[in-house]
Amino acid sequence: MSLALQTFSSVKDANAALQAAGARYLGGGTLVIRAANEGDVSISSLIRVNDPGLLQIAVSGAKVRLGASVTMAAIARHPELAALAPAARAVGGPAIRNMATVGGNLFAPAPYGDFAVALLALDATVDTEDGELAVETFLAGRDTSRAIVTAATFSLPKAESFRFLKVSRVKPKGVSVLSIAALLELAPDGTVTSARIALGCMADRPMRALAAEKALLGCKLTPQEIAPALAAASEGIAPITDPIASAWYRAEVLPVHLGRLLSN
Amino acid sequence: MAKVPVQFTLNGSEKAEFVESGATLLHALRDKIGDTSPKGGCHQGTCGACSVIIDGELRLSCLTLAETCNGAAITTTAGLAEGGVLHPLQRAFLDAFATQCGFCTPGMIMAAKVLLDRTPNPSREDVVEALSGNICRCTGYEPIIQAVLTAARANSQNAA
Repeated sequence: MSLALQTFSSVKDANAALQAAGARYLGGGTLVIRAANEGDVSISSLIRVNDPGLLQIAVSGAKVRLGASVTMAAIARHPELAALAPAARAVGGPAIRNMATVGGNLFAPAPYGDFAVALLALDATVDTEDGELAVETFLAGRDTSRAIVTAATFSLPKAESFRFLKVSRVKPKGVSVLSIAALLELAPDGTVTSARIALGCMADRPMRALAAEKALLGCKLTPQEIAPALAAASEGIAPITDPIASAWYRAEVLPVHLGRLLSN
Repeated sequence: MAKVPVQFTLNGSEKAEFVESGATLLHALRDKIGDTSPKGGCHQGTCGACSVIIDGELRLSCLTLAETCNGAAITTTAGLAEGGVLHPLQRAFLDAFATQCGFCTPGMIMAAKVLLDRTPNPSREDVVEALSGNICRCTGYEPIIQAVLTAARANSQNAA
């Protein structure tokens, strides 16, 4: 089967072409070419954009803007993005990280999309050709979205306030059993003053652990004080079942790994 | 079927071919140009057998469209030996019995080459990390890791 590839220099033109039936956007190729290789006949043409702006990483003060075509490898090696490196390195092996992009990760279905879990915890804004969306809104509507993602922007977390964990069975690289990203602000006495926790593999896309976030407020990160948050972490989850783990297993181990992430 | 021209440098020599639009680089290399060193394993980006080096970066040729490689410099394992003399990585893989069925070997060697080009004296952890996208179902990995470390030592002795 032949896939017609069209290359555009502007996102606007590409976005217009993307409205055609059977057209899919080509970023790094790790999702869409994989789907084509697997025989997905719904793809008849591929659209890509070679605007260099999509490859830019801009860090100004605490504000970070990652172009949609920025790869996981580029984030992992960027000196100012050390706080995000663990999340970028969690994606695939070296070759995949050289290809997989920020934009693509936002569309990756569970068990993939570990970096999007980090973006959700960071309360990123997703820039699309149709305007800016909060990452949560974007993720909720991504199945029907036809607007090309151009960038993700967020405030750079302090290294000590951002935590990321990916659990996989194969080390050092493997598909996620689950992933967790947490953005925590602590008072000088160690009390949690704000918490934002995102979970991967606990639904078909990254989701927030809202009940756990609420339960953590005012707690110190000791095993006793975080216990209610761990119990609340399972609220609203619908984990995926795949060859890596069943939904039951994922739900069982979520509080264990969240506990380890919070008490480290 | 619409054919599109592709032109790139493969292991130092210019190549030009017509491929079907949407054809993967793996297809272009193996079925058009005849370089069968990259292997088609899973075609999903999971096994690493199709790994090649494009402009100095490790990529999966099964997930890369040939058309997107216009003007690129591509290295495959077939291009490593010089005048019948094996590359130190190839020599080390043979000596360490790091090849059994051999299917994963070209991908492993590409991943290892990128590592050694950037990190001439890697630690064992560096090697494990660099090979983490490549699956081997025969060796249990240990001989492969040893081969890469041996090649690194051979390189640094040559340089000294």
